[in-house]
Amino acid sequence: MKAPSFAYVKPKSLDEAFALIEQPGAKVLAGGQSLIPSLNMRLSAPELLVDITGLASLSSITLEQGVVRIGALVTHTQLGESKEVTSHVPLLAAAVPHVAHPAIRNRGTIGGSIALADPAAEYPACLVALGASIVVQGKEGERIVAAEEFFKGLFEVDLRPGELVVAVEVRAQLKDERCAFLELARRHGDYAIIGLAAYRSKGNRFVFFNAGATPVFARNASREKDLPAAKAALKKDLDPPADLYNSSAAKLHLAGVLLERAWTQLTTSH
Amino acid sequence: MDPANDITLTVNGTQVTRRVAARQHLVDFLREELGLTGSHIGCEHGVCGACTVRVNGDIVRGCLMLAVQADGCAVETIEGLSDSRELERLQKAFHERNALQCGFCTPGMLMAAQDLIRQGEKGVSREKIREHISGNYCRCTGYQSIVDAIEEVING
Repeated sequence: MKAPSFAYVKPKSLDEAFALIEQPGAKVLAGGQSLIPSLNMRLSAPELLVDITGLASLSSITLEQGVVRIGALVTHTQLGESKEVTSHVPLLAAAVPHVAHPAIRNRGTIGGSIALADPAAEYPACLVALGASIVVQGKEGERIVAAEEFFKGLFEVDLRPGELVVAVEVRAQLKDERCAFLELARRHGDYAIIGLAAYRSKGNRFVFFNAGATPVFARNASREKDLPAAKAALKKDLDPPADLYNSSAAKLHLAGVLLERAWTQLTTSH
Repeated sequence: MDPANDITLTVNGTQVTRRVAARQHLVDFLREELGLTGSHIGCEHGVCGACTVRVNGDIVRGCLMLAVQADGCAVETIEGLSDSRELERLQKAFHERNALQCGFCTPGMLMAAQDLIRQGEKGVSREKIREHISGNYCRCTGYQSIVDAIEEVING
């Protein structure tokens, strides 16, 4: 189908963008790889699209004092090719090939993925596992929100009217830390049936995606010291919603399979 | 009247200036305004890959980009890449290996395959080829012959 009618504007500065997104009926357009399909299918009918891709300040990746800051407009492709990310945030780099297909990765952005918060999306789970911070900004200034608090519900995030996600900040992975990213999908690039972002620092953090409305931090499993206990604890952590092909029980079983694979990766020294 | 914007871009090396409706996506613009009907419209929501075109050197979904977003960009389509003979070897291999039947997916498939080929890697596995074209649907061939053709061009 064709998109409904809307107006389009491409601000050149953040201040200009903040003024525009306050207008009634305005919607932010970044990479557009989720928004434009929803327009084409007429699931969304904004009056004004505010294309923020002209804001060059949101496109950089920096490493300073052990913190990697990734601008909201960094595309999936750029994320996967970035030295800072592959060397210091390998969990995010490992997620990139699972995000759709090359033609979509060339346009879709990390900020868009976070602001949309699709329950099947890869980055939100990674950011929760990493204990990352989301940097949001509006006219009033900047706020820093812990990833664990940012994803509040189904497609619902801690973003107030007039605010934009401008960056994410992640602590660089230390030498003795480990990570694992695993995703099950029917075909390469499809939405996940279920996926797992795992991080081992002082303790383990297992965060599942497409296992609930938001990334699900498996607290009980993460606390356990051995694999059988962790697998058994998953029942307390997860109650994944069934989809068209997989029952809740099947997804819970698959979560256990992923947990086992991740456990092996996290405990094998490199 | 739909809100409209003026855009200037190059399409297959030729500069074009047009007034476009904000709601018009890039493939409709190429097909309807410029008569470049080689890029096909399949699903129109980013799933099938039939509309794959190149923007500033990178392949994108033509249905998931608005024409107005292409302002200032260099767009290349299947027509441009055919005329410049960039796709010559790939097209020949597709022909010889019977890598198309109805041909609807072929322009997009060639764009995606060429994107992998021009990365210049040798000894690319069939699995990697399949991964790279995973966003392009073919309902005729079963992909085997498409992978054969791409493999032949990459690995000789």
